[in-house]
Amino acid sequence: MRVTIVDYGAGNVPSVERALERLGAESQRTPSPDDISKAEALLLPGVGHYAALVRALDEQNMRAALIGAIQRGVPFLGICLGLQVLYQSSEEAPQLGGLDLLPGTVCALPSNVKLPHMGWNQVAARRSSRLLDGIESSAYFYFAHSYAVRDSQEASAATCWHGATFAAVVEKHNIFAVQFHPEKSGDAGARLLQNFLKIAA
Amino acid sequence: MSLAHRIIPCLDTDGQRVVKGVNFVGLRDAGDPVALAARYNREGADELVVLDIAASRDRRPTFLETIRRVAAERPELISELSLEFGAQAVVLAIDAKRAGGHWDVMVRGGRESASLDAIEWAKKGVQFGAGEILLTSVDRDGTQMGFDTTLTSAISRAVSVPVIASGGAKLPQHFVDVFKEGAADAALAASIFHDGVQSIRTLKEFLAARGVEVRLSC
Repeated sequence: MRVTIVDYGAGNVPSVERALERLGAESQRTPSPDDISKAEALLLPGVGHYAALVRALDEQNMRAALIGAIQRGVPFLGICLGLQVLYQSSEEAPQLGGLDLLPGTVCALPSNVKLPHMGWNQVAARRSSRLLDGIESSAYFYFAHSYAVRDSQEASAATCWHGATFAAVVEKHNIFAVQFHPEKSGDAGARLLQNFLKIAA
Repeated sequence: MSLAHRIIPCLDTDGQRVVKGVNFVGLRDAGDPVALAARYNREGADELVVLDIAASRDRRPTFLETIRRVAAERPELISELSLEFGAQAVVLAIDAKRAGGHWDVMVRGGRESASLDAIEWAKKGVQFGAGEILLTSVDRDGTQMGFDTTLTSAISRAVSVPVIASGGAKLPQHFVDVFKEGAADAALAASIFHDGVQSIRTLKEFLAARGVEVRLSC
């Protein structure tokens, strides 16, 4: 099984590639809609501005391929912006539409805390999570974001708090997504990626 | 459950070796960057900062120094970087030095005043889209007298983004002070970690015992 990393020209693709490499997983990075359509497993990493991701997906004709593959049941892991883009829209770029595969919108975190939410934080599992399988509940994950999906009742498997409760881990059928960066989260992050590889295999 | 305070070792490299200066000058060798990074990773460092300061040896401005100076003259650069890469990727480094009742922003390796008030500059940088501030006290850097908690607190309370305090760390208590009194979100140090004066793990245990939220599991 090979992981297809959606390369939209920004984001932290090399960090993700190295993290998969350390786990002995094969990966290819690609901006090609054809490659995305043929993928066995998809990973959408993300750091940066919501608008940059959405524009890249549209300009490079990746949107339809990505939605098609996910709807066909291809295992998908979204990281950070890769989680946010699954929803309808984001306050970061209200004029642009997301992939609209999950109900809800992305909002700014409240301004009574320091933003961006930057660094290591813990998550609280809401129900049994396949991504968090075997990871201690006290584990820390590395976050770097100012926007988040506020506590969406339906899909969030684990939440985190920074000024507000927001979705940290999302799991719905073949859709998996995390607001933090597993590729930067030490042993706990490596285990989470390993769990995704197992699910996708 | 809340965001952990970060401990950040800083590796100033000349391209090959880690080097360390006192008050920004007088560089000496402090080890192999790869070996140090691996050790800090094992000990539980929360982030690593790697600064290429080769240019000061080559007598040309470093990339960081260039950005710092350009930003001081043309703050729009911060917005452009922020819109392209996201605010979380834009760290505004401020070298501040006390000048009477306020702090001056220093450039050119901490030697020259940019004639900007550090607090005003920090606020402006955040308005323009900086997502974090790396604040170095030029007065304390390399002295091991402790962080400048007054400076750190003034900047941290003036802006809405996280502040990494830097300059002057030696004792574990210095870190307690900069988190509690200085309201820092992260603390950065170099030589005390490189020279083994302070182990990151022991330091974090000290902080946890004094009620400072840190990430211990790793």
